[in-house]
Amino acid sequence: MPEPLLFEKSRPGRAGVSIPACDVPQTPVPATLRRAALDLPEVSEVDVVRHYLRLAHLNYCVDEGLYPLGSCTMKYNPKVNEAAARLPGFARLHPLQDPSTAQGAMRLLFELQGMISEIGGFDAVSLQPSAGAHGELTGILIMRAWHASRGDARRTRILVPDSAHGTNPASTTMAGLEVVEIPSDARGNVDLMHLRAQLDERTAGLMLTNPNTLGLFDENLLAITHLVHEAGGLVYGDGANFNAILGVAKPGLMGIDVMHFNLHKTFSTPHGGGGPGSGAVGVVKALADFLPGPVVSHAGKDAGAGYAWSTPGRSVGRVKSFHGNFGVLVRAYTYIRMLGPDGLREVAENAVLNANYLQARLKDTYPVPHGDRTCMHEFVAQGRIAGAPDVRALDVSKRLIDYGFHPPTNYFPLIVHEALMIEPTETENRETLDRFVEAMQSIAREAAAEPALLHDAPHASPVRRLDEVKAARELKLTAEKAAGR
Amino acid sequence: MSFIPNTDSDRAAMLEAVGKPSVADLFHDVPASHRFPKLDLPPALSEQEVLVELDTLARANADCGALPCFLGAGAYRHFIPSVVDYVISRSEFATAYTPYQPEISQGTLQAIFEYQSMIARLTGMEVSNASHYDGATSTAEAVIMALNVAQGQRRRVVLSAGLHPHYREVVRTYTQGMDLQIIGDDEDTGPLELASRCDSATACVVVQSPDFFGRIIAPAVLTELAKKVHACGALLVAAVNPVSLGVLAPPGEAGVDVAVGEGQALGNAMSFGGPYLGFFAFRREHVRKSSGRIAGETVDGAGRRGFVFTLSTREQHIRREKATSNICTNQSLNALAAAAYLAALGPRGLAQVAELCWHKAHYAAGKIGAVPGFRAEKAEFFHEFTVSCPIAPAEINRRLFETHGIIGGYDLSADYPAEKFPARKNQMLFCCTEVNTRAEIDRLASALAEVSHA
Repeated sequence: MPEPLLFEKSRPGRAGVSIPACDVPQTPVPATLRRAALDLPEVSEVDVVRHYLRLAHLNYCVDEGLYPLGSCTMKYNPKVNEAAARLPGFARLHPLQDPSTAQGAMRLLFELQGMISEIGGFDAVSLQPSAGAHGELTGILIMRAWHASRGDARRTRILVPDSAHGTNPASTTMAGLEVVEIPSDARGNVDLMHLRAQLDERTAGLMLTNPNTLGLFDENLLAITHLVHEAGGLVYGDGANFNAILGVAKPGLMGIDVMHFNLHKTFSTPHGGGGPGSGAVGVVKALADFLPGPVVSHAGKDAGAGYAWSTPGRSVGRVKSFHGNFGVLVRAYTYIRMLGPDGLREVAENAVLNANYLQARLKDTYPVPHGDRTCMHEFVAQGRIAGAPDVRALDVSKRLIDYGFHPPTNYFPLIVHEALMIEPTETENRETLDRFVEAMQSIAREAAAEPALLHDAPHASPVRRLDEVKAARELKLTAEKAAGR
Repeated sequence: MSFIPNTDSDRAAMLEAVGKPSVADLFHDVPASHRFPKLDLPPALSEQEVLVELDTLARANADCGALPCFLGAGAYRHFIPSVVDYVISRSEFATAYTPYQPEISQGTLQAIFEYQSMIARLTGMEVSNASHYDGATSTAEAVIMALNVAQGQRRRVVLSAGLHPHYREVVRTYTQGMDLQIIGDDEDTGPLELASRCDSATACVVVQSPDFFGRIIAPAVLTELAKKVHACGALLVAAVNPVSLGVLAPPGEAGVDVAVGEGQALGNAMSFGGPYLGFFAFRREHVRKSSGRIAGETVDGAGRRGFVFTLSTREQHIRREKATSNICTNQSLNALAAAAYLAALGPRGLAQVAELCWHKAHYAAGKIGAVPGFRAEKAEFFHEFTVSCPIAPAEINRRLFETHGIIGGYDLSADYPAEKFPARKNQMLFCCTEVNTRAEIDRLASALAEVSHA
C-alpha cells in the first residue's frame, strides 16, 4: 500500500506543534520584507508519526538483517553510541562557546585524535572532514600543498588504480590535479610495471585503497609505497576498507602518508540512509602542519589552559564550518573505548573470517575471479550462473530481496564483469551466513530452472523494479503544488 | 565488548571450511614485519563504565540548553519537537545505507523527495538536492556549480564580507586548486556595490541574508542585485536562514540562482558543530550541473508511484573524474530531521517561530542598546544583531559567564579585526530565538550594565 506524500495529507488549519505565546513587546515585521503564503504540509502530530512510521516500513535496515553491501561496512551499530551522542552536555553544546566551557567535549576530541593516530600509525589527525570523499579532498589538498611548499609545481598528477571508488578520481579533479589510471594485475594487485612506467617528476602521489575493492590486500604494498616515495610522490590511503585491518596493521607505518578514516563505517555510526559520516584524516609528521584547522591541542598537564583550538601553521584551510561532525565523533570514541585494543583486532579478524567463509562456500556456485586468494573483509563474485546465460548480477541481487536479504553491491568494482561485491562484516553470526549461502544457491538453481523468477524479481518488496529511465527523462523532482494554492 | 557473535566453536568450523589453521593465517598478505602491532589504547570498558566516563565528559561542559545563551553565528538554539527525534531514531531510517536498492528503500527515498519539495518551497526555488555536509560546503558547491555553468570560462568569484567567515574560508579551501580569483570580502560593502565588482570574468556573486552580522538584504535590493549580476552573465548565490523564511520573502522570488544555507536550525541539535546539513536549492535549468544526490518520482513495474535517485550521470560513481562533485555520503538523517521538523510545525508553526525570534531579538536589541556604553547597529535584522561594546567582548563574555552564568554573544574580533574593519571594533553578535525568555533577556541587559563597569 503506497503511502501518500505529506503534501497530499495536508488539510488547512492542522498543525503538529503548539508554539508558546510571545512574552515580549512585539515589533512588527515590515511588509516589504514579508513573504506571501508558504505552501508546506499542514498536518497534526499523529499524521507526522504515522506517515514516517509507514515510510519506515518500506525500508530494509541493518537492524533487521544482513546488509552485505561491499565496501560499505554495514555492521550493526551498538545502541550505546546513540545514548552517548544524545547526552545533553554534548547534544546541546554550541560550537562557538568559549573553550573553557567545553573542556569535556574538547578532551574527547583530543583523545580521539590520539586514538585514531595510534590505530592508523599516524602522527596527527584532523576530525573536521564530514565523510570519506570529504577526507579524500582534504588529503589530496594536503599533498598538493606539501609539494607547493617545496616549490615543486610540476607535480600535478595523481595515480589512481582502476579498482578505486569513483570518489578518488572525483576528489583529485576537485583539488585541481590530473587523474592517471593504473591497471590491476592478474592477481588483483596494482600492476607494478604500469606503476613504474607512470612514476616521474609529474607525480604528486598515488591514491591507494588497501585492502582494495576486490577485497584483496595488495601483496606488493611495501614495494608500491617505496616506489612512489622514491619518485618524489606521496601515498594517499583510502580508508574505506579499514575494517579489515583494524589492529592488524598500521597504514602509517607501511608508507601511507595521509589517509582518511570512514569513522561512520569502521567505528560505528548508523548510516542514516546516506549520512552523516565522518572522514577524519591522519597524516605522517611531515604533513601535520598542513591539516585543516582548528584541531584540539593540549598545553600539557601543568598548564592551566587545558584543551585549546589551534590551526596548523601551513593549513590547507577549513573544509567545514565549526569542528567536524561531533555527534559522529562521540560515537566513534564510545565504540573505541568499549572495544579496546583487543576488541578492535577481533573486529578485523571476524570480519575477514566471515568474508572468507562466504567466499569458500559460494565460489563453486558463483565465479570469484580472485577466489584462489584469501580475501579480506569482502570479496567480489560474479552474477553469472552456469546454464542461465540471460541472468545478470542485477537479477541475482533483486531475487535476494525476496529471500529477505539486502543485495550485495552491484557492478562495482568496474573491472569485474557482473560484479557482486559481498561484505558480511563481523557482526553477523554463522547461521545468518549459512542462510545467505542457501539463498544464493537456491537462486542459482532458480536461474537455470525458471529464470523469469529472477528477471521479474523482487516479488515480495513494497514496490517492483522502478523505471529509472522515466525518472531521468521526465524529471519530477518535487511534489506538485495542489490546485489553487 | 566487541559486538561479535562468533564463538570459538563457530570460528573453528568456519576456519575448517576456509581451509586455514588459524585466524592469524588469514592475514599472510600483510607484511610480516607489520602484522599485529601493539595498539597503545586504554583497555575495553563495559557499557556501564563507558557511559559513566562519557557522562563525566559531558558534564564538564556548560550546557547551552540549561543556561541563558545568546550565541548564534551560524548554529542556532531552537526548540526541537519530540516527534523529530522519534522519527530519526527509527532503525529503518537510521540504520539503512544510501538507498542503492530502491525497491527496499522507498521510505528513505520518499522522505528525501519530500525534503527536497519542502526546501524548494521554503526557498522559492525549483529544485533541491538531498543535502550537502553543512552550510559552508553547500556554499562551496554552489560556487563550483557556477564555475561549471560558465563551462570554465569564468574564473572570478565575488564574496560578500557579510558571508559567514567559515563559509568564505571553505570556499577558498575547496577551490584552491582551481586557479580562481576570489574578491569582494576585503571590505564590508553594501550588496549592490558587489555588483560593481562583477564583470565578464565573474562566475558568481555570493551574498548572505540575513548575513553574518544579522542584516537582512531587502527583497527589492536582492532583486536589483540579481538583475545586475545576471547582466554580467554571472549567477547569484544566496545563503539564507531557513527559519527566517517562515516570515521573510524567499530568495527564489528575487531571482537568485542558487539558494544554500545551514539547515541545522530545522530540528537538528547544535551538537558542538555537527552533524548538520547544508541545503542546496537552484533553478531547474542548472540541474545537470548540480552536485549531490537527487531523488525523483517514477513508477514501478506495476505502474505504482515510486522514487529513485536520478541524474546520477552527474555523480562520482558514474562519471569519476568528470563528476560535478566528489560527494557520496551526505547528511541524509539530518535532512530527515529537517523534514520532520517542517512537517510538525507546518507553515503557521514556522511563521510563529520566526516571529518569536524576530520579536525577542528586537526586544533584546532595544534593552541592550539602552545600556550605557552599548550601541546596537541600525539595520533590519532577523534574530541576530551586532552591538558595539564599551570594553573588549571577550572580557564581557568572561564576566557574564563567571558572575551571571550567562553565555554571551559572539566576539567578532578574530574574524573582523579592527585594523581591517574599524567599524567592528569591540563588536559582539547577539542572537535570540524562541527559546530565550524575556526574563533571560532582562537578566542579560542588567548583567551587561554591571560587567561593563566593573
